[in-house]
Amino acid sequence: MPSRTLYDKLWDAHVVHVEPDGTTLLYIDRHLVHEVTSPQAFEGLKLAGRKPWRPDSILAVPDHNVPTADRDKGIADPISRLQVETLDANCREFRLTEFTMQDRRQGIVHVIGPEQGFTQPGMTIVCGDSHTSTHGAFAALAFGIGTSEVEHVLATQCLWQKKSKNMRIRVEGELGRGVTAKDLALAIIGRIGTAGGTGYAIEFAGSTIRNLSMEGRMTLCNMAIEAGARAGMVAVDDKTIEYLRGRPYAPQGAMWERAVEYWRTLVSDPDAAFDAEVEIDAATIEPQVTWGTSPEMVVPVTGRVPDPAGAPSAVKRADWERALNYMGLAPHTPITEIRVDKVFIGSCTNARIEDLRVAAAVVRGRKCAPNVKLAMVVPGSGLVKAQAEAEGLDRVFREAGFEWRDPGCSMCLAMNADRLEPGERCAATSNRNFEGRQGAGGRTHLVSPAMAAAAAVFGHFVDVRNLQ
Amino acid sequence: MKPFVQHEGLVAPLDRANVDTDAIIPKQFLKSIKRTGFGPNLFDEWRYLDHGEPGMDNAKRPLNPDFVLNQPRYQGASILLARENFGCGSSREHAPWALVDYGFRVLIAPSFADIFYNNCFKNGLLPIVLPAEVVDQLFRETYATEGYRLRVDLPAQSVTTPSGEVFRFVVDAERKHRLLHGLDDIGITLQHVAAIRAYEQRRRQDAPWLFVNSAGVENS
Ligand code: SF4
Repeated sequence: MPSRTLYDKLWDAHVVHVEPDGTTLLYIDRHLVHEVTSPQAFEGLKLAGRKPWRPDSILAVPDHNVPTADRDKGIADPISRLQVETLDANCREFRLTEFTMQDRRQGIVHVIGPEQGFTQPGMTIVCGDSHTSTHGAFAALAFGIGTSEVEHVLATQCLWQKKSKNMRIRVEGELGRGVTAKDLALAIIGRIGTAGGTGYAIEFAGSTIRNLSMEGRMTLCNMAIEAGARAGMVAVDDKTIEYLRGRPYAPQGAMWERAVEYWRTLVSDPDAAFDAEVEIDAATIEPQVTWGTSPEMVVPVTGRVPDPAGAPSAVKRADWERALNYMGLAPHTPITEIRVDKVFIGSCTNARIEDLRVAAAVVRGRKCAPNVKLAMVVPGSGLVKAQAEAEGLDRVFREAGFEWRDPGCSMCLAMNADRLEPGERCAATSNRNFEGRQGAGGRTHLVSPAMAAAAAVFGHFVDVRNLQ
Repeated sequence: MKPFVQHEGLVAPLDRANVDTDAIIPKQFLKSIKRTGFGPNLFDEWRYLDHGEPGMDNAKRPLNPDFVLNQPRYQGASILLARENFGCGSSREHAPWALVDYGFRVLIAPSFADIFYNNCFKNGLLPIVLPAEVVDQLFRETYATEGYRLRVDLPAQSVTTPSGEVFRFVVDAERKHRLLHGLDDIGITLQHVAAIRAYEQRRRQDAPWLFVNSAGVENS
């Protein structure tokens, strides 16, 4: 057999049928479902008199619309409530596993999959959500799909796909103190652009990636879609396997041994060919802050807001001008002079226990700056929340003036009550700084959890590397 | 799904790169559990001067006169001309639903985001990739000529300008076939049930843990 990349191996293992033009019917092992992109799919399924092909492949959870405070009072917004109730009803009708809003395992779909061991190496994993790329951290082929495809997977356990090209992003060396996987992700997007990975499946490789924790790898793969790639992935190593050991949905006993033996093969062959290669020196990466309305509009914290006059093309110049206008920023402003109104620590990018620990370490013994109107921590899942509380992190945040909330997507996309008001500026650990994403007219700066925590304390961006 | 063969229509130019699906249809409208009715909220934050919420009477809302789709000369447009990386961001299929509901049948851009591109085909909306210079030219001609229309021919894979200039585009054979005949993907897949079952049987031998659920119970 010729040398293959990790992506090639994952792809080959799931081919059911191939059309003459290469369009492939691919088998899907795991289907994650949330309330926003599934109602129309279930409706279509029912109208056609069909049933889910493999109910055991599905895990459902409401996350986008759920309130993050006073949860026992239910959902106030009737339209949001109907959407969550619709998910509950569909899961009941088809006997699907659902972590309902009251379940302590409930959380953001991309946090709970790995946490439960539902996400495993070698699987194809889909969800009606673009950040499904997160699960690629486990050497799975995981990608976001639209609602028609959600219905298709429900009905057939398969999807029609064209194979992507292979890209390897190799990062070598040690990340500096205070520099995290989030900074690495933003720096990569700044380098290759938000369309740089379009048409590719990206494998993140190199010593820096091997040294990242599973949480860090998830953060990185989460943002592959922000670089245009539907799927990002990292090869299996001991960390992958140790992370999964003993998790509720992970294989047990003899089955575990068999699985591990297979998982060990999920690495790119040494001489496998990639269609594109990018090399990054970890030592050159500084903490990053986005200044615009696309994740590629990013600079190091030591930098300044760029001048559209220096943009590489006319289209880009117009884009930058529009972005600065929307963000209310003047060219050449030092990043550390940008003041924030709100701070959001959460989302499927950065709401895992490790993220909360890093943020708490910055906040400990300090207070939020007076100009910060709201600083909130929204844990990625009920179990992350419980773990953080067991470690006393909730007290650290509360004492500093942060709100400590219940798990969900929250202000990452502001479908629930958590949002920015027009003109408000936010340091956010989420993944998208699009216009209006965190609330109409809201201004988002994407940063790491440590950088967000520091912005809360100082009221403006600071270089976390300078903190004690 | 509605088949797509030929289409001729008025062109509207949306002159921005990286138009994301949050901009195409903001999240507050994603709370709907239906597939239709998104057209009035297409590009909501750019199109209206006030903040839109579901349930509002959109006919009564103040329009932003500067937004291109509100200009009289582009009323009735069915072909949207856009810049690179159109449809990036969230996988929401509400984006193509809103474009179709508004009346668009064709999108032309130098590049599209993958998930969005794929979602368009499931909804009878044809996304056409043309080289950046050609898209530039089409933008210039659209601005210069009121009532600028293009003719799109899927079987011939061509876009024809009013002056008769023809640009060819590429589309996967399988996608083209399904769109031309308005075929339903699930219907096609169900013709392969035997292959799916055979795959599952093989896989169950090689990797049985994939078929065991949380309770350690094997599923059929
Ligand atoms: S946290 Fe944000 S990006 Fe992640 S799934 Fe929720 S809405 Fe999407």
